[in-house]
Amino acid sequence: MLRFMIRRGLSLIPTLFLIISLAFVIVRVAPGGPFASEKKLPPEILLNIQRKYHLDESVPRQYLRYLGDLAQGDLGPSFRYKDFTVNELILGALPPSMTIGALALALALLAGVGGGVLAALRQNSWLDYAAMSLAVIGISVPLFVVGPVLKLLLALRHPWLPTSGWIDERRGWLALVLPVVTLALPYMAGIARLTRASVLEALRADYVRAARAKGLSEPAVVFRHVLKGALLPVVSYLGPAFAGIITGTVVVETIFAIPGLGRLSIQAAINRDYTLIMGDVIVFSIILVLMNFIVDLGYGLLDPRVSYQ
Amino acid sequence: MPGIKRCILALLAALSLHAQDFIFNNGPEPQSLDPALTTGVPESRISAALFEGLTVNDARTALPVPGLAESWTVSPDLKTYTFHLRATTWSDGTPLVAQDVVDAWLRVLDPATGAPYAYLLGETIQGAAAFSKGQGPASEVRIRALDPRTFQVTFVGPLPYALAMLTHNAFMVTPTFAVRRFGPGAWTKPAHFIGNGPYVLKAWKPQDKVVVVRNPRYWDARNIRLQSITFLAIEDQGVAYDKYKAGEIDYATEDAIPTAQIDAIRLRRDYHHVAGSTIYYLLFNVARKPFDDVRVRKALSMAVDRRELVDRVLKSGEVPTAGFVPAMGGFHTARGNGYDPEQARRLLAQAGYPGGRGFPRVTLVYNTSARHQTISEWVQQAWKTTLGIQIELQNLEWNTFLDTKQKTHDFQLARAGWLADYPDPSNYLDLFKTGAGNNDGLYSNPAFDRLMARASEMAPGDARDRVLEQAEAILVDQDQALIPCFFYVNKYLLDDRKWGGIYPNAIDIHHPRWWGPK
Repeated sequence: MLRFMIRRGLSLIPTLFLIISLAFVIVRVAPGGPFASEKKLPPEILLNIQRKYHLDESVPRQYLRYLGDLAQGDLGPSFRYKDFTVNELILGALPPSMTIGALALALALLAGVGGGVLAALRQNSWLDYAAMSLAVIGISVPLFVVGPVLKLLLALRHPWLPTSGWIDERRGWLALVLPVVTLALPYMAGIARLTRASVLEALRADYVRAARAKGLSEPAVVFRHVLKGALLPVVSYLGPAFAGIITGTVVVETIFAIPGLGRLSIQAAINRDYTLIMGDVIVFSIILVLMNFIVDLGYGLLDPRVSYQ
Repeated sequence: MPGIKRCILALLAALSLHAQDFIFNNGPEPQSLDPALTTGVPESRISAALFEGLTVNDARTALPVPGLAESWTVSPDLKTYTFHLRATTWSDGTPLVAQDVVDAWLRVLDPATGAPYAYLLGETIQGAAAFSKGQGPASEVRIRALDPRTFQVTFVGPLPYALAMLTHNAFMVTPTFAVRRFGPGAWTKPAHFIGNGPYVLKAWKPQDKVVVVRNPRYWDARNIRLQSITFLAIEDQGVAYDKYKAGEIDYATEDAIPTAQIDAIRLRRDYHHVAGSTIYYLLFNVARKPFDDVRVRKALSMAVDRRELVDRVLKSGEVPTAGFVPAMGGFHTARGNGYDPEQARRLLAQAGYPGGRGFPRVTLVYNTSARHQTISEWVQQAWKTTLGIQIELQNLEWNTFLDTKQKTHDFQLARAGWLADYPDPSNYLDLFKTGAGNNDGLYSNPAFDRLMARASEMAPGDARDRVLEQAEAILVDQDQALIPCFFYVNKYLLDDRKWGGIYPNAIDIHHPRWWGPK
């Protein structure tokens, strides 16, 4: 197990290196630059600014300088937001994104698994049909439709929740409700359908029949035997789901004006904030790779057939 | 039932501790809180709350009124200004003296600062250009502290707009001692902040908000009526407008007025608007065929019915114009070549394209935005109906668009806009001087250049205005280097029964010093 973790950890380094190098080249190939504006700066002033950020050097030198700083954990100064380093901006934007992402994932899992199990146990009842109809809607309606509709109903038509913004003294944690629910819905729906299907399959499996034959109580059968086996597909769904939630935060953070990593990345790309784009790419890649890693470990805990040799 | 609800709400509002707190959408996240480093409107609003220059913009007229300087005298040749400063202190209690103004301006000029507006000081103050390019000493810059409360500056020429220019954030007074002590990036954080404006910095959460609170040491603190101002960072118009509708913000700037919803918004009681001085125009690349022929350029201008564009398409009170420079002081906008479909068709035929036959492939580029797209499509249709020519449209992402227009000049026709940094016709006309940094259409006419050079030597007044009017006549009436379309409208939403100190004005500057409850 430990050896597996170390091996996987080491294999991350070349992957990240490749991502960093590609991103470094791509941002510089894009037309425009961090200091372009409708009122063009006089060349000597532009040179002053470029010198300050070492942009007057050759690209290979900039690349080596960047890698050198990166090795020391320094992502450099932001070109756009001149009072902050990229480290500061990302550390400030991570908590909101993580809070919303984690809560959305938790909500999706809880409601999705719960709904899926209930639907499977009461197959073909009104409960099953209701849950699955909702799930189909949840999967097929995109975030940028769900978000504004929820906002219209729960914040504008009835002023129960704030329309947008982050936690503050006035409305407190209420600001989290709409973004978390919006972000969770499609994954909740996906997980519910997946759970229902695999629970139905497990209910007919031999080992469940054996458990019943032993005279176990219904809750013991469902929780100890059915669910353990049935959750494997859900676990493997979590990796991509997490990736989706991360990309989903880009949309949700914009709709709800959340000061998170997704919005920061969009602005960085629009502004050609080279260092900030690089920082975002690195952080997103680390998060994604790490989540896949955790999912791999999760398999082992649930399925005794998986070994890490 | 609604009566009871309203009573409770009124009671809550009366009891609320937030009554003196003002919240609004300030547009995108500020690039910096250091006024020396910023160029945008959102930043300048925050800077105006935190720092004060020699003059500030009046609440109603936006004209310069005394700020840090309580009075001034001007030399007979109109080049040297002597300012008498108020007896005041920085927000930490340190006395503010004339040398602070000298140090602050030198910091903007210093190449090591990398200030984008260094050229504004460099082009106007004697001896400043060399220093800002690293070719001369700071001591040669003609700004002096004559005594702790007297500051003197000598300009390169008789600048008619000097006092207005001094309201710009590049001329604000920043605490250089704090910049040295805490370092760039750190001195603008709440923990170390020192300023001289009506408010001081309390909190700054990137992408979320900047909160400023009343500065008890401000020289006019008695008349500052708000406890705090919250500048929210929201770049999406729809999101910001929803916040205003839900009563979560008190003031909706232009960044909270979605173009698509203007029909409904302009009927609101709290909607305010006034014609502005930002010009919207289409720019020819006069080096590219077929726009190297002035007859083609004129034909295209005469085929645009600006009145219809404004009334039927834009609908929020924009002012149609065939001239380029807005009227200001004694200066009058050029007549331009306005809508005249007959003449347009004749000119196009003379240029060799009767009825549009044989007209080459032409592309109009604009940066991606619903508004620019609507206007471009309308123009495309107008030229097709009137002249029988079919142009193509291409939208480009913002940075790509700037690259195409400014660097490679790889366009035939491009959407463009301009707002002056200070209210003087030369600030518009300078764009088209031969070889000027912002001359993206590569226009060049020696007669125009000569008039501009002459005007720069002249004292403000009628004679100078006539010279500038002649220059504009050459640029627009005679050469048609561009197609002026309309002046933007400055608009915002504010309940003026509740809040005061914000009034519509042509340059759309609303200084936070005047804001307060009614």
